[in-house]
Amino acid sequence: MASQVHVEVVSVEEKVWSGEADMLIARTTEGELGVMPGHAPLLGQLAEPSQVRIKLSGGGEEAYDVSGGFLSVTENGVTVLAEDCAPAATQATAH
Amino acid sequence: MAGQIQSLRRRVRSTRSTAKITKAQELVATSRIAKAQERVEAARPYAEAITGVLTALASNANVDHPLLVPRQRVRRAGVLVVTSDRGLAGAYNANAIRTAEELIARLRADGKQVALYVIGRKGASYYRFRNREVAGSWTGFSERPSFEDAREVGQTLIEAFVAGADDADGNADGVQGVDELHVVSTQFKSLMTQEPVARFLAPMQVEEREESGPMPAYEFEPEPDELLDALLPKYINTRIYAALLDSAASESASRRRAMKSATDNAQEMIRTLTRQMNSARQAAITQEISEIVGGANALAAAGDEV
Repeated sequence: MASQVHVEVVSVEEKVWSGEADMLIARTTEGELGVMPGHAPLLGQLAEPSQVRIKLSGGGEEAYDVSGGFLSVTENGVTVLAEDCAPAATQATAH
Repeated sequence: MAGQIQSLRRRVRSTRSTAKITKAQELVATSRIAKAQERVEAARPYAEAITGVLTALASNANVDHPLLVPRQRVRRAGVLVVTSDRGLAGAYNANAIRTAEELIARLRADGKQVALYVIGRKGASYYRFRNREVAGSWTGFSERPSFEDAREVGQTLIEAFVAGADDADGNADGVQGVDELHVVSTQFKSLMTQEPVARFLAPMQVEEREESGPMPAYEFEPEPDELLDALLPKYINTRIYAALLDSAASESASRRRAMKSATDNAQEMIRTLTRQMNSARQAAITQEISEIVGGANALAAAGDEV
């Protein structure tokens, strides 16, 4: 499927999640945005604290609470850089 | 004769218990190397990602951030030395400190003052014993550094760097700042080789990327300058964290090697001592026999004469 975007969530101490997704939703200091396949290159600082949500193709969703985070969108995919990163408490209901 | 055997037996026993300790240390260190290496690996994706982001940012934005621009005159240089908390790691600490001393001598020769920052109990006590002034020291995490530790160290260093050593120029801010930062840590090359290295931490040199043609036009949220402000300290912390992890792996590898040769030496010593003990015992028995035989012969000869 071409309409998938490669997402990597990395925290300082380990790689937290990586895989293909339909869309990634994050909130930068300027406002909330969704990244879909083919998004223009972007560097953003994430709001503090913020939640990153990854919409999976099967309809599922992964959510992470992120602090000290950055978002980098390139033609190769999306990378979320986090100083601290933990699965969000609401993740269970998202499935 | 019997006393000699006794003392040899005692020495064998004490050597054997030393060997047990060094063997245990060796095994512990071996398992720690693997764990430390895993942590180095686990931290790599972030380090690579942040380097990529920074390169993209620096090629797009105007680069005049204080952390990027070399100071015109460097009065004081900060040197961060990474050592271990515990000893019994062979030449690990000695090598790191020697490399740091070489760097310090070089900086002094360039007319720069040096502010020392030390990580690890061994390094801290080395400088305390010599009454050298230490601007900051952190202990207690050399074998298992967390990012929290690196951030703490990074914060102090960045504060000192941003303050700068320009108090004499009328910019007195009451802080003993520095104009450049170096870090001395031990690089894990392989299980057998760990090499102490001195590296530049700040101001950072941005590598201009040429091979990949024009960089894609990035959108920035917020503005590039603000992004740089937020990103650069994190990058420094990441560099410090990487240095800590690498040093932790080196420390364990170095300890494993030192403890392995200590165990080998102890085994060798046990062998020699046991051999000595046995030959002493043999000699004692031989002597006793010859005394008895001699005595019996003497008695028999005396009986014949009567």
